[in-house]
Amino acid sequence: MIRESRVSSIDWLSLSLYLILMLLGWVMIYSAVYDENHSSIFDMSQRYGKQLLWIMLSLLLGAIILLIDAKFFNAFALPIYLFVMAMLVGVLMFGATIAGSKSWFQIGGFAIQPAEFAKFATALALASYLGKLNRDLSLWKTRLTAFAIIGLPTLLILAQYDTGSALVFTVFILVLYREGMSGALMVIGGIAAFLFVLTLFFGQWYVIGGLAVLFGISLLMVRRNRSNITKMLAILAVGIAFVFSVDYAFEKILEPHQRTRINVLLGLEKDLMGAGYNVNQSKIAIGSGGFTGKGFLQGTQTKYNFVPEQSTDFIFCTVGEEWGFIGTTAVILLYLLLLSRLIILAERQRSAFSRIYGYGIASVLFFHFAINIGMTIGLVPVIGIPLPFISYGGSSLWAFSIMFFVFLKQDANRLNIL
Amino acid sequence: MIKRNLSGRKNVILFIFSAIALIFIIKLFFLQVVDHSYKLSSQNNVLRYITQYPARGKILDRKGKLLVYNEAAFDLLVIPQQVKAFDTNEFCQLLAIEKTDFNARLSKARKYSRYRPSVFLEQISKEDYGYIAEKLYHFPGFYFQARTLRHYPQPVAAHVLGDVGEVNQRNIDQDSYYTSGDYIGKSGIERFYENKLRGAKGLKIVMVDVYNREKGSFQDGRYDTLPIAGKDLVLGLDADLQAYGEALMNGKTGSIVAIEPSSGEILSLITSPSFDPNLLVGRVRGKNYKALQQDSLKPLINRAISGSYSPGSTFKMINALAALNIGAINEHTQFSCQGKLSRPIKCTHDHKSPLALLEAMENSCNPYFWNTFRNTLYSSKFKDHKDAYDYWFETMHKFGLGVAFDTDIPFELTGNIPSRAYFDKLYRGSWNALTVRSLSIGQGEILVTPLQLANLAVIIGNKGFYYKPHLLKSIVGDADLPETYTQKIETGVSSDHFEIVKQSMLDVFEGDHGTARYYKIDSIQAGGKTGTVQNPHGDDHSMFIAFAPYDNPQIAIAVVVENAGYGSTWAAPIATLMIERYLKGKSDRPALEKRMMETSPNKKTP
Repeated sequence: MIRESRVSSIDWLSLSLYLILMLLGWVMIYSAVYDENHSSIFDMSQRYGKQLLWIMLSLLLGAIILLIDAKFFNAFALPIYLFVMAMLVGVLMFGATIAGSKSWFQIGGFAIQPAEFAKFATALALASYLGKLNRDLSLWKTRLTAFAIIGLPTLLILAQYDTGSALVFTVFILVLYREGMSGALMVIGGIAAFLFVLTLFFGQWYVIGGLAVLFGISLLMVRRNRSNITKMLAILAVGIAFVFSVDYAFEKILEPHQRTRINVLLGLEKDLMGAGYNVNQSKIAIGSGGFTGKGFLQGTQTKYNFVPEQSTDFIFCTVGEEWGFIGTTAVILLYLLLLSRLIILAERQRSAFSRIYGYGIASVLFFHFAINIGMTIGLVPVIGIPLPFISYGGSSLWAFSIMFFVFLKQDANRLNIL
Repeated sequence: MIKRNLSGRKNVILFIFSAIALIFIIKLFFLQVVDHSYKLSSQNNVLRYITQYPARGKILDRKGKLLVYNEAAFDLLVIPQQVKAFDTNEFCQLLAIEKTDFNARLSKARKYSRYRPSVFLEQISKEDYGYIAEKLYHFPGFYFQARTLRHYPQPVAAHVLGDVGEVNQRNIDQDSYYTSGDYIGKSGIERFYENKLRGAKGLKIVMVDVYNREKGSFQDGRYDTLPIAGKDLVLGLDADLQAYGEALMNGKTGSIVAIEPSSGEILSLITSPSFDPNLLVGRVRGKNYKALQQDSLKPLINRAISGSYSPGSTFKMINALAALNIGAINEHTQFSCQGKLSRPIKCTHDHKSPLALLEAMENSCNPYFWNTFRNTLYSSKFKDHKDAYDYWFETMHKFGLGVAFDTDIPFELTGNIPSRAYFDKLYRGSWNALTVRSLSIGQGEILVTPLQLANLAVIIGNKGFYYKPHLLKSIVGDADLPETYTQKIETGVSSDHFEIVKQSMLDVFEGDHGTARYYKIDSIQAGGKTGTVQNPHGDDHSMFIAFAPYDNPQIAIAVVVENAGYGSTWAAPIATLMIERYLKGKSDRPALEKRMMETSPNKKTP
């Protein structure tokens, strides 16, 4: 009965979506780095040949995970978490520097990036911690512990100068929200981001002026008693302080290349041959695809190597150029379908651990999806993180596959939990 | 387990997911379907990046006469990915190439890149271009790019000017300016002043349609850059004198170097045999270069700067100056000469004995200069003969011997002045004046280039100083010459000592026994010195150095004719004809001129 359920109870819909995205990625990588002299898609000297190997290994890992007892991951969440944290510390000391980030372990010809696995470990640890009986996120102790679980890898990855990967961990806010933390945090975060952009765009004095006007209007609209006025004055003060801190944060905390990326995004800086080059070329590539695209292997922008990182972070350009609006919409809908399915699966879990873990991986996938595609079409600053299952790269594909299959295993096992 | 029912929050999260996806789809709809500025390629249009090649700088002679200019030519480029099926026979006929050649070229282009343009057929003349361009629309994927070819109105000074050829991988690795198919100066002036001559490439971005027709510039040329033309060079070379000298050297092996003593500007730098510089232009370059390389007379060698000869008698004057400078002799010092019986070096001339410096130079008396050299090495001014040798060695360097001038003539050789260390090693430390006696008469280990010889004439004409010989006179648009070209270099020997040496060179023309008295130039006083250089590989080399006019020299010259025997039979007349041509514009000795141009020392005249 149980043995039978192992296969039959697997969620075939999400597994199919996973496989489709991964194979799509493989074909896109083939197209992005196509080399006429190595035209076989199985050519191991090329990235497309290697990606096939990563895919095979991912499926093997998946099969192994499905064979492991489902309770293993909850039980070993903490050791796994600690092991990965140790790797993050290790990479700071012994790692190799690739493209400005000291975040790789060089083993023979392969490079492994522990940060990719930290997302999995953090999701696991968070689920395990919050999944215990009587955890209450309205208690500060619980909140702080949860923040610490998320914060530790974030700081370690920041220390590797891999800002992109570190930012991914902010998405666990969604998980905390689902588990009962006040939604105000998200709203405040949203407002802060909005103010940040406004300040950069218009300058701090205009924004402060705007806040003052808003304050005046609100005064007219609410009941003017002492308590209300005090609250609003406090909000105004915090708002003004935040606006003042934006300039400082922007100039002092961000690296010059990060400042430039944000400026380019906001249209404050136009440097199409310099910092704005990637995004501009990426937009030309996607835009030139038109409604139906140029056809498989017919992309000229990507072939001309106009778009840098076209097989990794900018793989979406190839989709846009060769398959057009139809292709990009299809890929986005595939992701939306997968993400929604993961949420639905998470909600039907009987154990809190499985549910929280499910939300964890859905959130991480969502963040990658939103930032990566947003970056290629110029909605988000350039943050170098891969498009899950599609971008070239062994570490990220394995990490996402492990995350995915662990959840699939939890889901398949849900009926065995009382 | 759950205190409140939070499952409603899943809808908020699903809403966020859907909202982002929707925003993306809307943005992509605008980007891909609505916005046409990115849609250049919706019908497979591409931007073509056309390199705008700057005109390479021209090269002029000292009188403003063109030596090198550019002529339009066209490269046929191909983007393999855009090539559609077409009539290859017609195409091959149009370009006058073989079918197999066509296939080879196309597959080479494909191998480089299917999507980037590569040169299919280079340097098509402007006549062929008009004819081919008219029919090119039948052949999508092919298009023309304008280039320029070097052209030489007068086929002279091939070695000085150098040639231009396609860059090789090393050039590309060393300088990111170059890309495959670019041209670069390979030798001579073209090589040395490459950075001045080449200018800077520009970039034009045009939109082309599926038939490869230009559809106007991209974004109104906002990202285009204009090419910057290369700078024109003016050389000190006199084209007429150069051509005349090359004609005089017809059928002979050797070289002529003429320098303006007051500036160091090289008036002519002739090596023979030479070749027409137009041979090394365009598509025929490779083939012709190979032929020249295999020629047994080695026309590619520039003998003026890389021919190394023993200086022979011309060197005796330098030895005298080195001795006079430290008082090892003075102009009245007499030595005796026993003619053929003299030891350790015999004298081949018949003259009185004993004799003083001026007479010794007039008669090129070997024993006199052996004694001079010995007095130098055993001068009481030095601790021992080896220290004295160091002084002598230094003096030679000050005369520009044994070192390269290192100005703007690539591949210049240094010649050879043996060092003290060299002899120490050769003779295991035990050597003296007698051991190295052949240095006293300009034989032995000493080697000089014709350029250095001409510079010796400059130094004597100037009575003690020179400017480093160089080809460049000015760069049009650049203010100053490099400092090394305008810096006066003193030999450190007093001009008084030069007086007697200069006097002796006047006597070569004017004296009753002067070796070049038959070639005295009408109405011009000149100084000269013949050299007959023993050559272990064959007949003696004929050598002559001279300067003129005597009092205020405007030209100094060295002539070397290999295996031609006495200095007075070939080198001296050629040198005087050159001087006459330069100072008077024509020769009063047409018979001599004709004989020099038409006969060769190595073949009996018919």
